[in-house]
Amino acid sequence: MIDSRIAETSRAAQATRDDLLLEMIGICKRFPGVLALDDVDFDLRAGEVHVLFGENGAGKSTLINIIAGAFAPDAGEFRFRGRALARLKPHAARMMGISPVFQEFSLVPELTVEENLFLGREIGAGGFLNHAAMQAKARAIIGELGFDIAPDQKVGELSRAHQQMVEIAKAFLSEVRLLILDEPTASLTEAETQNLFALVARLKNAGVGIIYVSHRIQEFQKIGDRITVLRDGRKVATVKSGDVSENELVELMTGRKVGVLFPAIDHRPGEKLLEVDDVTLADLSARNVNFYARAGEITGIAGLVGCGKSEIVRAIYGLEPIAAGVVRVRGEAIAARPAPIDMLRRGVCYFPSDRVAEGLALGRPIRENASMAALDLPTFSHAHILRRASERRAIQAIVDTLRLRPRQIERSVAKLSGGNRQKVLLARGMTRDISIFLFDEPTVGIDVGAKIEVYELMKSLVAEGAALVLVSSELPEVMNLSNRLYVMHRSQMVAELSGADINETEVLSHFFREKRLEDGPASFSTAMAT
Amino acid sequence: MTTGSTDRGGAPPSVALDRFYRLYGAIGFLPIMLIGLVVIFAFVVPHFLILPNVLNVLRSSSYLVILAVGQMLVLMVGGFDLSVGAVVALSSVSSALVMAGLKDQMVDQAALIIVAGVLTGLGCGFLVGLVNGLCVAFLTVSPFMVTLGTASIATGVALLLTNGIPVYGMPVGYVDGFGRALWLKLPSAVYLAIAIVAAVFVLQNFTRMGRYIVAIGGNLQAAIVSGVPTRIYLVATYALCSVFASISGLALTAQIGSGQAAINSQLTLESIAAAVIAGVSLKGGVGRVEMVALGALFLLILTNAMDLLTIDPRIQTIFLGVIVVLAVALDELSTRRTKRV
Repeated sequence: MIDSRIAETSRAAQATRDDLLLEMIGICKRFPGVLALDDVDFDLRAGEVHVLFGENGAGKSTLINIIAGAFAPDAGEFRFRGRALARLKPHAARMMGISPVFQEFSLVPELTVEENLFLGREIGAGGFLNHAAMQAKARAIIGELGFDIAPDQKVGELSRAHQQMVEIAKAFLSEVRLLILDEPTASLTEAETQNLFALVARLKNAGVGIIYVSHRIQEFQKIGDRITVLRDGRKVATVKSGDVSENELVELMTGRKVGVLFPAIDHRPGEKLLEVDDVTLADLSARNVNFYARAGEITGIAGLVGCGKSEIVRAIYGLEPIAAGVVRVRGEAIAARPAPIDMLRRGVCYFPSDRVAEGLALGRPIRENASMAALDLPTFSHAHILRRASERRAIQAIVDTLRLRPRQIERSVAKLSGGNRQKVLLARGMTRDISIFLFDEPTVGIDVGAKIEVYELMKSLVAEGAALVLVSSELPEVMNLSNRLYVMHRSQMVAELSGADINETEVLSHFFREKRLEDGPASFSTAMAT
Repeated sequence: MTTGSTDRGGAPPSVALDRFYRLYGAIGFLPIMLIGLVVIFAFVVPHFLILPNVLNVLRSSSYLVILAVGQMLVLMVGGFDLSVGAVVALSSVSSALVMAGLKDQMVDQAALIIVAGVLTGLGCGFLVGLVNGLCVAFLTVSPFMVTLGTASIATGVALLLTNGIPVYGMPVGYVDGFGRALWLKLPSAVYLAIAIVAAVFVLQNFTRMGRYIVAIGGNLQAAIVSGVPTRIYLVATYALCSVFASISGLALTAQIGSGQAAINSQLTLESIAAAVIAGVSLKGGVGRVEMVALGALFLLILTNAMDLLTIDPRIQTIFLGVIVVLAVALDELSTRRTKRV
């Protein structure tokens, strides 16, 4: 069924083989407070895999969302198969053969696989549905893709990897001319990834244009034809795959020499400040996790989206319920359910990845946001009465050491850039005597300059003897900053790397491991013992 | 290590509990509780199982079934309709006024008078639902505030039209031939309720709209991206809910024999309670019409038993509130459990 559709597409493509499938010139898109895309050019030929590469917040998702019709560009030309498109809607884009496969799934958990596949495109007459026809077609498509999912399963009951397959299958329901794959391998196993690559190759031969968003340099250098690098909403370069090395790509992405971007951190591991002993979360997003963090070093946790790396640090801080296991701070076991206020008093602070949703009260000034977690201290209040002058002095001093510009602490946080917002969060950690810092994706959505400042701050915290836990999806970041690096895969800790073992090949090999759950944690626990 | 974790999850004492949950998952908690309740009341409550009382329960639960089915649809799209009680009152008053007003001009044309009255009632319901739906879908106002506002408007209009005095003068055929009639030994309202439940069952399982209602409530963004005209279906859902409420109001009016502005102040809460007891999620996307019908029946059986036991109506009101809070809390706990598995 897919092959017949591909054949159809290829006939259509042959006529316009030399033409550009997609052409975008000078695309701009502004969101409140940020210029997400600034004068970006992008094009895609039929039968080509064009990779979009960049850090989180570089504008990749904004660009693919514009192509998929979810956002309208503020300025610029946008042509698909020679036709200028204005006011494109997602449904219209699908009808024209633009099939997006997003990382944030567009699935309804309460509906079955089949119902999700056909959502908005049901087969039937007069408002009534033809179940048999849809069931048969769904089976055929899933079969062709080689996916192991049953059409009548509820999507909410599937694993993330299987949901990803449903999302991909959804793209193949109608004729595909342009396929957008947004980190498609982020939750697939090696075998499933190979299936997907074979599919991409078939589509390519048939003249389908593919936009491939990925962080994995080795992966996309294998299947990509051209690579466009975005940084801070601007297009940095479009290069031919194979023409540039991995390091050059990282430098294009970050705009700095790898050595300049990441400061050399002098790790001096001391005593174990934080120990996580066989912890399983109530929702099973992390199972039997063991790790520790020592004073004077950065402990990194790497892993794919949804592997549980963020959940485990949130659980330490009391934001996710723990079902079993023990968390120890300075050797002292914490009650079964840690509470944030208790952890703060013990010197543990968590810095959320979603600063807007979980970190900051946007309408309130920097001063209030920074002192929020420390109002119980004598510097900030006396017998529940706030000491505003003392508060102002204390926060001003912290803001100055963080080099937050401008240095007005009464400005509302909503007016700050991503980098400055992160500094406000960091300031909050500095209002108390914190020695264990849990960073969850600390550099998401902030520009390179601010990133370097965050790294420098981490460096100085390590020098002062703090224990830092760094959870990050940015491989270069977590590899270059960590003294020891843990890798999580499918809710379990599968490896602990240190020294020369911290390299992309080694880390990715653990991302892709399959069915090694038996020996994985076992070998890990022996590593712990030594 | 992995075997250790499964051992911990499936400790022996929970085997019985697991079996219970499987049963719960297959047919649901409600039918079991309903049967249990009927059996207990049959022994404990005097006159509970005698025919007139059974017919009474069936009739009065029919009005609530119709109302709760509409409420379910709105809850499923992730909304709320606090105006259903007011719509019942407004359609009752407006239809009664039209019928009473036409009585003198159109003598001997009872059928026409009835049609005019019914259309007026349905029209009022449709209008309120349309306003609700348009505000929620296009102005993206919180359904809570919109329907609270329209409820106040509808109640106000109903009171203004009647000064709070019941409206008499409806054709005899409407009251005796429909409202108080027994067809094949069952109250007419029961047939109306069954027809509406059947229609909504078909809507849920065999039509596009049924699927879109789940999609809108389950993941609005996914529905939009998939090209579902979400706003149109939102408006349609709210309109349908209000039309059902007006049907319930019309049937109730025919049974009482007069149009009343203060018909039953508890109806809105009862309709939400019936839906929530039946497992309709307040977060949207989940709901089965046949269960909602049982939920309404369940509530009415409880109320009826309390009436027969001559429990103070004020205490009954408190009891209803407790049931609603309990049902919502249980709903939340059970979703937490499914997340773990």
